[in-house]
Amino acid sequence: MKKLINKPDDVVREELEGIQIAHPDMVKVFFDPNYIVRADAPVEGKVGIVSGGGSGHEPLHGGFVGMGMLDAACPGAVFTSPTPDQMLEATKAVDGGAGVLHIVKNYTGDVLNFEMAADLAADEDIEVEAVVTNDDVAVQDSLYTAGRRGVGVTVLLEKIAGAAAEQKRPLKDVAEIARRVNAQGRSMGMALTSCTVPTAGKPTFDLPEDEMEIGIGIHGEPGRSRMKVKSAAEITEMLATPILEDLPFEESDEVLAFVNGMGGTPLIELYIIYNELSKILDKRGIKIVRNLIGPYITSLEMAGCSITLLKMDEELLHLWDAPVNVPALRWGI
Amino acid sequence: MGDKNMNITRDKIITWIEAFSAAIAENKVYLTDLDSAIGDGDHGVNMDRGFQAVLTKLPSVSNQDIGAILKVVGMTLVSTVGGASGPLYGTFFIQMARKTNGKLELTLDDWIATIESGLDGVIRRGKANPGDKTMIDSILPALEALKTAAGNDKSLAEALSASAQAAHQGMEDTIPLVAKRGRASYLGERSAGHQDPGATSSYLLFKTAAEVLP
Repeated sequence: MKKLINKPDDVVREELEGIQIAHPDMVKVFFDPNYIVRADAPVEGKVGIVSGGGSGHEPLHGGFVGMGMLDAACPGAVFTSPTPDQMLEATKAVDGGAGVLHIVKNYTGDVLNFEMAADLAADEDIEVEAVVTNDDVAVQDSLYTAGRRGVGVTVLLEKIAGAAAEQKRPLKDVAEIARRVNAQGRSMGMALTSCTVPTAGKPTFDLPEDEMEIGIGIHGEPGRSRMKVKSAAEITEMLATPILEDLPFEESDEVLAFVNGMGGTPLIELYIIYNELSKILDKRGIKIVRNLIGPYITSLEMAGCSITLLKMDEELLHLWDAPVNVPALRWGI
Repeated sequence: MGDKNMNITRDKIITWIEAFSAAIAENKVYLTDLDSAIGDGDHGVNMDRGFQAVLTKLPSVSNQDIGAILKVVGMTLVSTVGGASGPLYGTFFIQMARKTNGKLELTLDDWIATIESGLDGVIRRGKANPGDKTMIDSILPALEALKTAAGNDKSLAEALSASAQAAHQGMEDTIPLVAKRGRASYLGERSAGHQDPGATSSYLLFKTAAEVLP
């Protein structure tokens, strides 16, 4: 294992200390239990938005805390769900009297821990709603599984719900908008390499030099299939087609296209994927009205990418364009 | 027939928590190996971290009632285990605490109500059904064995021994099952042929109970 770390056990704490001294104007960091809140929390009369998950997906979620996006993020150990005590403290810290929205990626651990936190918050008379993201089309969805994983849509949802909360909309509206984003968005990812959890010290899975895994999750979980590496054009087609057919996205739809890097893939390659994606959408008469390109929901140093398409409407466009000022996104200010 | 009036004392509950913690530590690698086959390979490590934290907290509550002790166990697990096991095991102990508040001794009937309350909590939290290849698949048979033993007027020791055997059978019966909850469910049919790590750690609850509670 070759990493820029001191000790494997200190990775999350030292990262949080770095965030704290890098962005004191935007966030405050608390320890034991660990959580990050926006510097001016709680904002009176505004719905507080809390998300969280295992560490190793940076900038998700801590990099999205600040004006126009999240009020708090709860980082767990690397690839391990945070615990309800973190979520409860974060929820209390951002409750401005208008209730709190929990944004939860659909992983069993995350869902159960956030449910316990919501129960504990209810005991303290804080109104909590939860929205669970489950946009990963690579997972066979059925009544008999834990369901689809929450991946790329989570980033877009946190921005859009954050903007709605910033406009002081009530909790019910913010939750409805968040659920709409989840319902209208689909994602799929792929990996060129595995990744190494610092405390594990060895790669999560073996992927031979000339092979790739299609349909990967954000923790290196097995994907749909493994095959010889193909061209960017073919890979984009393999990711885009299941996404397009699932919703389905149709001619004259307007979409936000999000090409995400898994952590170890350079922007030069993400732009090549974006170029291929725009050709595919063009052919189908689907119009890209906004885009986001870069590593925003990562899997440590894994090389690879994911594609997320979100069907837009006027309200979602307006909320996407609203000002945001967080460590990992900044516009409109 | 053993002594039907024998009860489970507070000290024995503490001994049980210690014995279970030791069993988890002993089986840490085994549980993690089971989890690596069908999950994310951290069950043993996470459970051991949680119960080591429980062991450091036990002395400070050892003179309180059984409900208070079990609640501290549950809350400690919730804040230290993480993943899905933290809330599920945490809920199991917190719900057991609800039936044992203020008590310093438990009869066999109390023990049955306590396990039943814990199991109900796990079912509610995890939304799993029997046969979904989860910890429920060893706890439910154990509970049923306890009820049958009580119905047949068996002693506490006999009932606890029967529940351990039933939990063991339930654990082994998860091998051919296809997982329908938790991370193993992403594997679908590929999860068949592996023993469930959650059902395995839950079996140890009843194995240690039969060893130290009577």
